[in-house]
Amino acid sequence: MLDTLVAGLLRGNVYALGAVGISLVFGVMNVVNFAQFSFFGLGAMLAWFFVAQEGLPFWLALPLVLVVCAGLGLLVNVAVVRPLARFLPLAAMLSTYAVSQILDNASQLAFTAQFRVFPKVLPTSNLHVGSMRFGTSDLVMLGVTATVMLGMSAFLRYGKVGQAIRATAQDQEAALQVGIPVGLVQHLSFVIASALGGLAGVFVSLYVGVANPTSGLTTGMTAFVAAALGGLGSLVGAVVGGFVLGIVEAFGISLAGDTARQIIVFAVLVVVLVVRPGGLLGKVPLIATEPLTGTFLGKGRPLRVPRWVWPAAFVLGGIVVPFVADDYVLTTGTQVLVYAVIAAGFTVTAGQAGVVALGQAGPIAIGAYTSALLTLHLHVSFWVALPVAGLVAAVIASILSSPVWGVKGHYVSIATLGVGTAIVAVIQLVLPQGIYGIPVPTWAGTPLSTPRAYYLVDAGVLALTLLVTWRLRASHLGKVISSVGSDEVAALASGVRVRDYKALAFAVSAFFAGIGGSLLAHQYTYIDPTIFTMLMSLLVVTIVIMGGVSLPYGAVVGSLVLIGAMELLRFTPELRIIAYGLVLILVVRFRPGGILVRTA
Amino acid sequence: MSDLLALEDVHVSYGPFHALRGVGLTVGEGEIVSLLGGNASGKSTTMKAILGLTRVRAGVVRLAGEDVTHRSTAHRVRAGISSVPEARRVFPEMTVDENLRAGAYTRRDRAGVADDLDRMRELFPRLAERRRQQAGTLSGGEQQMLAVARALMSRPRLVCMDEPTMGLAPRLVDQVLDEIARLNRELGVAVLLVEQQAELALSIASRGYVLATGQIALRGTAAELLDDPRIHEAYLGKAVPA
Repeated sequence: MLDTLVAGLLRGNVYALGAVGISLVFGVMNVVNFAQFSFFGLGAMLAWFFVAQEGLPFWLALPLVLVVCAGLGLLVNVAVVRPLARFLPLAAMLSTYAVSQILDNASQLAFTAQFRVFPKVLPTSNLHVGSMRFGTSDLVMLGVTATVMLGMSAFLRYGKVGQAIRATAQDQEAALQVGIPVGLVQHLSFVIASALGGLAGVFVSLYVGVANPTSGLTTGMTAFVAAALGGLGSLVGAVVGGFVLGIVEAFGISLAGDTARQIIVFAVLVVVLVVRPGGLLGKVPLIATEPLTGTFLGKGRPLRVPRWVWPAAFVLGGIVVPFVADDYVLTTGTQVLVYAVIAAGFTVTAGQAGVVALGQAGPIAIGAYTSALLTLHLHVSFWVALPVAGLVAAVIASILSSPVWGVKGHYVSIATLGVGTAIVAVIQLVLPQGIYGIPVPTWAGTPLSTPRAYYLVDAGVLALTLLVTWRLRASHLGKVISSVGSDEVAALASGVRVRDYKALAFAVSAFFAGIGGSLLAHQYTYIDPTIFTMLMSLLVVTIVIMGGVSLPYGAVVGSLVLIGAMELLRFTPELRIIAYGLVLILVVRFRPGGILVRTA
Repeated sequence: MSDLLALEDVHVSYGPFHALRGVGLTVGEGEIVSLLGGNASGKSTTMKAILGLTRVRAGVVRLAGEDVTHRSTAHRVRAGISSVPEARRVFPEMTVDENLRAGAYTRRDRAGVADDLDRMRELFPRLAERRRQQAGTLSGGEQQMLAVARALMSRPRLVCMDEPTMGLAPRLVDQVLDEIARLNRELGVAVLLVEQQAELALSIASRGYVLATGQIALRGTAAELLDDPRIHEAYLGKAVPA
């Protein structure tokens, strides 16, 4: 009992450090900074590198880690966040998501993905109170955090620069007008936040004893939830949220095991968003002042495409390619087609309803598992399982996301990311070992097991998907959904039930994600939870944004470039992710409407 | 006499929208000047151009003779311009005292700032009473006072006020205008008063400009403008050659 409480405090300690950084940056820039998440993993790896590899003493390594993280944080702000934040906060958030993927994978390239044993720099169980054991290490961590927090609050309360940070967070325009150099204040906030992230990362590995480059995203998400729990933008709230979440999580894990962690974390997030969207100490208006939907998506007009292109593309992609190309190209082609199906469906949510959902891996996983289980255990035909997979994905994803649609701005993106992650976490809890031997589809008795057969099936499904999304856009329903995306307030004022239509758009997208998941499952014949990562979600978003969020055929082009070209160039997985990240940042920065859209 | 503030043929665009098309105006030392105009006539954009909150595409902004067209807002505040933003915009979760100190952000003379803090408390006794209260909890009139006092904390030679009477009860409107006139008299600080309500603004100003569709449509002394029938036409959006 007491042990669990101490474990919770130590975890909470780390979350609090991270959450303060997230809240600080959110306060002064109004951007949720995913890049911050990477500093947890990076801090851990750098500390491991300096201490275990270079043999530096820990007390020298620690400030070095902080300096490197602070410098990288500054770079991220100068190069990516600040140029976008003023005009397109949502685009800035997406870019930070891409940056976090780039940082994680660069760190993986540098340090490899394996778990490294973190050197024991301080004794971990040399002290005890009653029957409870703890170490100097734990005391030092809590002591450093307490010092940092007290220092920070004194700085923010009494320091001239600290007051400028608060003023900027409360009213950026007014801060500018009294002569506060808001740009410098924002840079400084990034530096502080990144250093705090690095510190938290070092503490995680001190506490857990191992370091891993990709550990950042999970810890980061948890720290973000802590910040949201306390109230985004409120620094006291971030500390409170960090400790509360750490303790809740520790007790949850002691009851239900370690796999329950993500579920607990996202359950907390959803409850906060529904019950008290401003967080424990934040104010609700904090959310109301965020940008509404629409923002940067769907601006500009599509490039004019000559009419003959459509039949030509259909003949080329659907008839010529399958009979000319070799198996390697066709296998790549199936991936392109499946992602095009998922992404084309996603344009309804992202392009029409104007909601940048970040958790599409969730419905994709539901579709894959539904289809696999139906065909394997109930011996249902693939052709029946395919649409059922879509329906089940739509229903489950809609139910789980239903609390999300009442919230606004960045919260929607994060909440959907949370829902998607939680879905995969639940699957991992129930079926951790994956499913083997998923039957291949058959057609009139013959198994469709060649790349060519898969290609033709996928191409057919894509043609149907494009037809449906195309018809939907032209329908009355489609126009109502688009009205929600282009001006939510106006739509609401015209009597459109905005929440319901967003949910409906998401259900349509989840349906096609489920279909895509089913196609993938039957092609791979093996699935496990590690396939359906946040990266998969990022990929779907990147494809759609690259092709133009409001163009279903743009999804095909995006998929062709991002999946096809990357495969044919034979990028390694890490390089590929870095490339996705760079593409996303560059497109969002220079062609926010997508490559097929000309901005006015 | 050289002007304290001078705009010369200033152009500002937002994308394809040409918001200011060659605005020229001057404010002399210790003068109250009104900048009038209807909705979307370019008043707020002119303010932004003066304060350095928007990019000036062509033309020059001069402060006491210095070309500040491409200087930062912070630089301009140090050089003597300060502002009372539209809709007051105090820092709601900072105390009254902290708000005042924020106004002196660009200053480095600690003793002088402390003196000015005392002076503001004398000038605005209501603010002295509420010095430790959060600014967001003040009444609308008190917030307006705080915004004005905050603007004065940088020891400006010119204060730009963006619709200081907006959203205030009619009784308070007169009070705020009297207050502005008093500060101008007692401190000798020049005021550029951006207003929609022409007659009120001209009642305390010595001169005025009327903006319409991004151009100066009329200019003159307060008395001339008050008598000019064209001022009403300008408000209806028809550009009238000055």
